[in-house]
Amino acid sequence: MQSSAALEYDYSVAKLYMWTAVIFGIVGMTIGVLIASQLAFPELNYLMGEYGTFSRLRPLHTNVVVYGFTISGIMASFYYSAQRVLKVSLAELPFINFLAKFQFVAYLIAATLLVLSLGMGITASKEYAQMEWPLDILIVVYWVIWGINMFAMIGARREKALYISMWYYIACFLGVAMLYLFNNMEVPTIFFSGGLGAWYHSVSMYAGTNDALVQWWWGHNAVAFVFTVPIIAMIYYFLPKESGQAVYSYKLSLLSFWGLMFVYLWAGGHHLLWSTVPDWMQTMGSIFSVVLILPSWGSAINMLLTMKGEWNQLTENPLIKFMVLASTFYMLSTLEGPIQAVKSVNAIAHFTDWIPGHVHDGVLGWVAFMVFAALMHMAPRAFKREIYSKSLLEAQFWIQTTGVVLYFTSMWIAGITQGMMWRAVDEYGNLMYSFIDTVSVLHPYYTIRAIGGLLYLIGVFMFAYNFFMTATAGRKLEQEPQFRSPMA
Amino acid sequence: MTLTEMQGYAFFFFTILLVVILYGYILHLYRSEKKGERDYEKYGKMALDDELHDRPVEENPKATNDDKKE
Repeated sequence: MQSSAALEYDYSVAKLYMWTAVIFGIVGMTIGVLIASQLAFPELNYLMGEYGTFSRLRPLHTNVVVYGFTISGIMASFYYSAQRVLKVSLAELPFINFLAKFQFVAYLIAATLLVLSLGMGITASKEYAQMEWPLDILIVVYWVIWGINMFAMIGARREKALYISMWYYIACFLGVAMLYLFNNMEVPTIFFSGGLGAWYHSVSMYAGTNDALVQWWWGHNAVAFVFTVPIIAMIYYFLPKESGQAVYSYKLSLLSFWGLMFVYLWAGGHHLLWSTVPDWMQTMGSIFSVVLILPSWGSAINMLLTMKGEWNQLTENPLIKFMVLASTFYMLSTLEGPIQAVKSVNAIAHFTDWIPGHVHDGVLGWVAFMVFAALMHMAPRAFKREIYSKSLLEAQFWIQTTGVVLYFTSMWIAGITQGMMWRAVDEYGNLMYSFIDTVSVLHPYYTIRAIGGLLYLIGVFMFAYNFFMTATAGRKLEQEPQFRSPMA
Repeated sequence: MTLTEMQGYAFFFFTILLVVILYGYILHLYRSEKKGERDYEKYGKMALDDELHDRPVEENPKATNDDKKE
């Protein structure tokens, strides 16, 4: 082992993804605030002709934050922490290091083409799977390279056991690979139409209800394997490392992992409650969604208990604040989801604004907070510089927390109001309200949501500035910090 | 037997089965630790002692060959 003394971890790939996470975070969330504002003030739809309409921008927002910001954050964390928990440096594996850089180039090409094609209105019309078939092929290549790199690093590891984070990264890889392939089975129309139509156009291989089932098997599990599993991988590494506390219970992490893996894949049916899919399948979706509380809270409670005896760090270290709140929002979100999946609640909640409310307390409070914390934990190690400003991080935390609270509370009220108004009938059984009645009632809540989003976006800009200054102007560090990230 | 009845029995069977598996796994984790077969909690150190020169919690026997290549 003495030969490894001169060897260091190679953060070059992690750094590339850290920058794209910051850039895509700004782009994706700026579009998000714009479309939230469009819902409150429809005139904003006409700023850029067809390119500025809600329908054109909404898929851009979701795709850029999911596949741009979040995947970048995940990949940065993976290429940083996998080396460390496996105790193998990418510098020892030159070919894998090259492949990882090649994978990043493929990612940039795919991301650019995705933004361009969605901007032009080219879409496969499946939620979170809007990419047309040529792009899908590129994504498959990208994902396979990630798998090769991951398993090559695992093969070369010095640590015999795989740390918890690695299980979740492997699950992320396998889960997305399987679901992506099944949901994107599509027929390029040009080959079967005698050369008619655009070359990139395709139709799904499934029809009707089957298509919906496969779509939501994917749609829900994209949340599972992109927004949950790899983010858990991140918190299981970054929270113990930043706090200097070993994970509270390794056994609980094992139980939660296998529980999550077994339960999550069955829950997608809850997106199709009260639709034309078989009733037993809807019930199964509901039941598995409720059972899902168990493994989700297992991980979240494990994280909170990791801080046992060290809660003073919550007041002293803003990164701990971000991670503890992330794990708390994970608990909130994974309680709210199962409630919405109960059939009777879903009868009110389905198609209302409560759903985007739920999504956003999960993604803003849990996913993005965790990505910010991870990026800021990695920055001093990757750039060998102190974090530029602690007070800026603190301010970002409070501004964004206020933003998230405004977002989900306004959407709770809006969603339940909307659901009740849609269902309200008079004594003769006639509907009491027309659609436009609900729209005028909801206007104030849409405005509050846009303000909440704007606050969050301001925080993103503060983060970007802080990150850029850390990388370029932070005080130089002589030695890599062991636990707590140094900040000025 | 109607399809609904079959679904009812299947639901009951699977509920019992999954509960047994869940509690069986918890029992397995605690029992193997009590018997001294495994010490799960030591693996938590992997995130903390993660420098290249830190001693692995459990050395990978294959890794020594890799070190010679450097």
